Amino acid sequence: MKRIITLTVNNRAGVLNRITGLFTKRHYNIESISVGHTESEGISRMTFVIHVEDESGVEQITKQLNKQIDVLKVTDITNQAIIARELALIKVVASPSNRNEIYSLIEPFRATIVDVSKESMVVQVTGESDKVEALIDLLRTYGIKEIARTGTTAFTRGTQKQACNMKNISIV
Amino acid sequence: MVVKANVDGKQQTSTKMSGALMLLEALKRENVEVIFGYPGGAVLPIYDKIYDFGISHVLTRHEQGGIHAAEGYARISGKPGVVIATSGPGATNIVTGLTDAMIDSLPLVVFTGQVASSVIGTDAFQEADVLGITMPITKHSYQVRDVKELPNIIKEAFYIATTGRPGPVLIDIPKDIATIEGDFEYDQELNLPGYQPTIKPNHLQIRKLVEAVSQAKKPVILAGAGVIHAKAAEELKQYAEQQNIPVIHTLLGLGGFPADHPLFLGMAGMHGTYTANMAIYESDLLISVGARFDDRVTGNPKSFAPNATVAHIDIDPAEIGKIITTKIPVVGDAKEVLRQLVHQDGKRGDNEEWLKKLESWKKEYPLAYKPSEEQLKPQKLVELIHEYTNGEAIVTTDVGQHQMWAAQYYKFNKPNHWVTSGGLGTMGFGLPSSIGAQIADKSATVVSILGDGGFQMTSQELAVIRELNLPIKIVIVNNQALGMVRQWQELFYEERYSHSLLGNQPDFIKLAEAYGIKGMQAATTEEAEQVVKEAIEFDGPVLIDFRVVPGENVYPMVAPGKGINEMVGVKP
Repeated sequence: MKRIITLTVNNRAGVLNRITGLFTKRHYNIESISVGHTESEGISRMTFVIHVEDESGVEQITKQLNKQIDVLKVTDITNQAIIARELALIKVVASPSNRNEIYSLIEPFRATIVDVSKESMVVQVTGESDKVEALIDLLRTYGIKEIARTGTTAFTRGTQKQACNMKNISIV
Repeated sequence: MVVKANVDGKQQTSTKMSGALMLLEALKRENVEVIFGYPGGAVLPIYDKIYDFGISHVLTRHEQGGIHAAEGYARISGKPGVVIATSGPGATNIVTGLTDAMIDSLPLVVFTGQVASSVIGTDAFQEADVLGITMPITKHSYQVRDVKELPNIIKEAFYIATTGRPGPVLIDIPKDIATIEGDFEYDQELNLPGYQPTIKPNHLQIRKLVEAVSQAKKPVILAGAGVIHAKAAEELKQYAEQQNIPVIHTLLGLGGFPADHPLFLGMAGMHGTYTANMAIYESDLLISVGARFDDRVTGNPKSFAPNATVAHIDIDPAEIGKIITTKIPVVGDAKEVLRQLVHQDGKRGDNEEWLKKLESWKKEYPLAYKPSEEQLKPQKLVELIHEYTNGEAIVTTDVGQHQMWAAQYYKFNKPNHWVTSGGLGTMGFGLPSSIGAQIADKSATVVSILGDGGFQMTSQELAVIRELNLPIKIVIVNNQALGMVRQWQELFYEERYSHSLLGNQPDFIKLAEAYGIKGMQAATTEEAEQVVKEAIEFDGPVLIDFRVVPGENVYPMVAPGKGINEMVGVKP
């Protein structure tokens, strides 16, 4: 099962190494990572998308991450109301004859063209992973030269609709 | 977590000093009585200060010996072991010891030298990415970037190493940092928002456990090294007696509960007692205290306590539910939890039938071996050592058959008397760890029981034993083989003894004598008795080459992949 886990960590040298090292050591698979500063100085937020077999797998990851001294907070936000976004840059083969077609194709995705050359265009799209995936699939027919994706970053919405359904795995 | 440290209640004003001196000052503030170390280029500034600082330093003959000695020291004293190694090869030589301390939860504070800040990352002479190498095998680690941070880092390191679930903390100090001067301040409060170990258990879980005990008909307690780390042996005894629950130990827990107590069932696991393993298998309530369900304890987890409600008391929440599904999780310090359980004074369960059954198993299936009049049996040797030390010695071991025989036949009645490498199974651990153990308790009789294989991995530390005149009794259980490997090859690899027989061995007596240590030998039970007696009475270090029966196997045994209810070799 796919889980989105966010961490707040001390922004110290080697902290990313500690976290990814822990994933390697414990044999967890990472689908994507995104890291950046938070509103507080010296504190970074990491968002991991990972694949685990079952609930107990997530519980183990959460607990192991919590043991790291530089990790301040670990939250599995998968089942909460969240905003999850990813940005992708897609360089697609485009000649003057089919540029317009591509324009109209990307429009429903609220994607934008950020660069145009003689043989190609660069499409920038932001959204949840599925949406990015769908657009990439559509563009594939034109020939994709390069893709760069940021990985998901996410946090919880201000209002939690299903707060009562959240499973609390903390045992402390 | 905020920690106040007012030394003698006085407000300390900061003074300027070099990084090297800061390190030693900090060790003084932490009441460190001994450093185990080995000098080298990158730590020269530190060693220059050690020269006349007036702190005790043990020069082991290899960094691995240094860190194992520190582990032995930590195991016996309950205080953190302190190690210094130089950069590059010095640091990589302690990797085994760090891993060993990590998996066995031993508090260590380890300082490694590093090349100067200006050349880090240039593949300089004796440079190694020590932080990168040691991240997964330390509880935490630091590289000092600014001398101003050093006092705080050391203070944090000691705090982290010794609290919660103990473990090794490494501080990597670039050479220039050791010489640059800065303000030394050690009364500051620590600020570790990401590190807040849970000491006090959740009351609800305690109540659940009390309730479960009152319902249980077949309860057992499985106690691990957590009991010893938490100094909770007394509380464990009180609780077991109050609730009349039998106690089983893991390998590392031995001594946490008196071996001669009627409620004690022995050690669990691969070479545990029949009674202990079957008690776990048939139990309806398993209370684990400070143990982590290592695969050498559980055997096949599917057959481990299949009918039991599992209660797991551990200071590390990540251990709970990691291997065995737990119904009653209790996160907290073992001492605190057991104290609360005793205080609850819950209703005893109706377990008289159960205790009777266990008693009959104990009588029917004790640990046993085929005795021999002529030849020296390794089990008999351990029994002799037990007899002549009145069961009060500190025993350190290496890893393998002799380790299991020591665990089975040396009956520990007190905590902090048993030093062995459990989780990592580190050969070469036994001899150097005995140095640390003897330093931690100078008046104790320390017996280092070693295999002929493992002894040869770190035998250079004999020099330290001679130099410090540590009266350690070095027992080589010499079966001219890597016994446990040989045993597995006999049982599971069709007796194909691939590289497990040690054909060419040094003359151990001459080797001891070369180091100035008294050497002795015994090959029969009669000789062994005489020699053990003489060695224990001898005032000073002594090494004895015991020629035991080759080809003896450790039994009973749970074969790999089997359940703990499928022991073989229960009766000799």
